[in-house]
Amino acid sequence: MSAINESVTNMIHSNRAKAPEEAASTDERVRKISPWRVLLDRPELGSIAGTVLVFVFFGIFAGGSGMFALDGVINWAQVAGYLGIIAVGACLLMIAGEFDLSMGSMIGFAGVMVAIPPMYLGWPLWASVIFAFVGSMALGALNGYLVVRTKLPSFIVTLAFMFILRGLTLVLSTGFANSTIVSGIGDKFTEDPVVSALFQGTTLHWLFSALAGMNLIEKLPSGDPVVAGLPKVLVWWIVMAVAAGFVLARTRFGNWIYTVGGDANAAKNVGVPVRRVKISLFVLTAFCACLFGVLQVADVGSAAADRGLQKEFEAIIAVVIGGTLLTGGFGSVIGACFGALIFGVVQIGISYTNIDSDWYRVFLGGMLLLAVLFNHYIRSRAAATK
Amino acid sequence: MADDYILELDDVSKYFGTVIALQGVTLRLKRGEVHCLLGDNGAGKSTLIKTLAGVHQPSSGAYRVDGEQVRFNSPREALDRGIATVYQDLALVPLMSVARNFFAGREPRRKMFGVIPVIDMNYANETARDKLAEMGIRVRDASQPVGTMSGGERQCLAIARAIHFGAKVLILDEPTAALGVKQSCNVLKLIHNARERGISVIFITHNVHHAYPIADSFTLLNRGQSMGTFAKRDITKEEVLDMMAGGTEIQSLVDELEGRAA
Ligand SMILES: Nc1ncnc2c1ncn2[C@@H]1O[C@H](COP(=O)(O)OP(=O)(O)OP(=O)(O)O)[C@@H](O)[C@H]1O
Ligand SMILES: [Mg+2]
Repeated sequence: MSAINESVTNMIHSNRAKAPEEAASTDERVRKISPWRVLLDRPELGSIAGTVLVFVFFGIFAGGSGMFALDGVINWAQVAGYLGIIAVGACLLMIAGEFDLSMGSMIGFAGVMVAIPPMYLGWPLWASVIFAFVGSMALGALNGYLVVRTKLPSFIVTLAFMFILRGLTLVLSTGFANSTIVSGIGDKFTEDPVVSALFQGTTLHWLFSALAGMNLIEKLPSGDPVVAGLPKVLVWWIVMAVAAGFVLARTRFGNWIYTVGGDANAAKNVGVPVRRVKISLFVLTAFCACLFGVLQVADVGSAAADRGLQKEFEAIIAVVIGGTLLTGGFGSVIGACFGALIFGVVQIGISYTNIDSDWYRVFLGGMLLLAVLFNHYIRSRAAATK
Repeated sequence: MADDYILELDDVSKYFGTVIALQGVTLRLKRGEVHCLLGDNGAGKSTLIKTLAGVHQPSSGAYRVDGEQVRFNSPREALDRGIATVYQDLALVPLMSVARNFFAGREPRRKMFGVIPVIDMNYANETARDKLAEMGIRVRDASQPVGTMSGGERQCLAIARAIHFGAKVLILDEPTAALGVKQSCNVLKLIHNARERGISVIFITHNVHHAYPIADSFTLLNRGQSMGTFAKRDITKEEVLDMMAGGTEIQSLVDELEGRAA
């Protein structure tokens, strides 16, 4: 016993000034990077493969149908864009280990928050748009506060809000408009230059005209391009995706999101403000849902009580297809965007084929199952090395 | 006089519902000393340490840092005072990289394009790799997930992290539990080096060969109560072994086995 004691004491007191490199070089082990880690590094891999698969499929079955002509592309890209906006928010929240099932209802609720004040209360549109964003984000903060405060699963808390907000949307629209649809708001958008510039119609008209002039894109007989410009929803999608992807990968807050989702207790113990991170992300999902709602109201010219129905599930599916773990701690914004793209392509693409569009949900359910199995495989590999 | 102590728990109790985890414990950590916390499983050592680290708030009693009464609402507040902790469960996220784990919560930042604050990944990777190398753990790539490391390597990562951030006080909950002989020696060396740099250390171990050579004083916990603090000069290794749960049992077992063998 004393011999061990001495040797320990000697080791402690000897070579304490040794340089780190020297100390390290006495350890001959050099770790090998196992090949599956490459997969683990790329959560979006599955969704990229899925996207390729879907494009090949529709290339074969709808290749000559105009689906891949410019107006066809804009068509499905727009569907992907709407979903992509909320998928970006849902993705960050899911990486942090929570869900927001109230996103779909929030889309409808944001719509009536935008439409009712100008139509029935005499507000200017810009004020109601700001009101909708502030109101949604406050509701998101309430969602998040309840989740971190009660420590209940976010699944159940936001499920309650899914019903509360959908119900309120219905109550408000029938109360004010005496109908489930609040119409006539489209003109207000056109009259407000700032709101219209932000949320309505298309942009980059000069580029599309120039491309048409150079015969690079299809033209109408009049010489105008078949598509006037890039829909703003796509611009918003790109902006949100780039911003979220950047925050997640490069910033301190991004590291906190991963830590909180990977192990909330560990996150707390190393000094990450777990509650603040989670609440901010619930505010983000609410913001994304509101953005969806405002863009849709601007596009359609009305708000309706059933807007955004089931969008929360579509967003979660897109995120899961994108490689984000349901349990949190791992995922990718790019993956979620590819997930949304798959959605758009399948939903619109089916109508270009001879396939009955009733198969759309079957197809998506299948994709979801595949994606979950794939992710589960990766995660169990990660767990196996613990 | 109180200034001699960097951390002080005064008559601290901690209850979890009906469970009395700590009962009237007084513990004083001298500036620059290595203090060893001994006790049986479930004695309340981790609870005591988590109270020091800001994870738990005392149910009653006072906690003083540098003679000043504090009430940490989160581990972050303790970290900001230079008190870093290695938890028994290590507080690492397996799916995250070595470097991201190392700096989780205290990410080094640089300005991208002079304005956008981003994590300085190069610095994070290099520092994490160097600090692990100092402990004899060689990682070729600090961006590999912690889930790919062995238990001992993870423990070294958690210790290296605490040493890097523990400016004043280092708290270690069974730092050598999963370690081999050599890595254990490295950890003891690191504790010694920390003391040389004027850092106060409090650590838990069940191993008398780790505790006795390095510690300056010992506090024994038993069923949530402190059995007193003993300076090293006042106590022999055998007495420490006795204080550790089962010390006498081990000795009689050894005698019995040797008696039989003879
Ligand atoms: N969060 C908690 N809620 C309820 N009881 C707890 C909690 N944390 C600890 N305890 C109880 O407090 C007592 C002391 O636990 P603690 O973890 O401090 O022991 P320990 O001395 O660290 O033991 P070990 O040597 O096994 O690590 C145990 O009986 C435990 O069940
Ligand atoms: Mg313990």
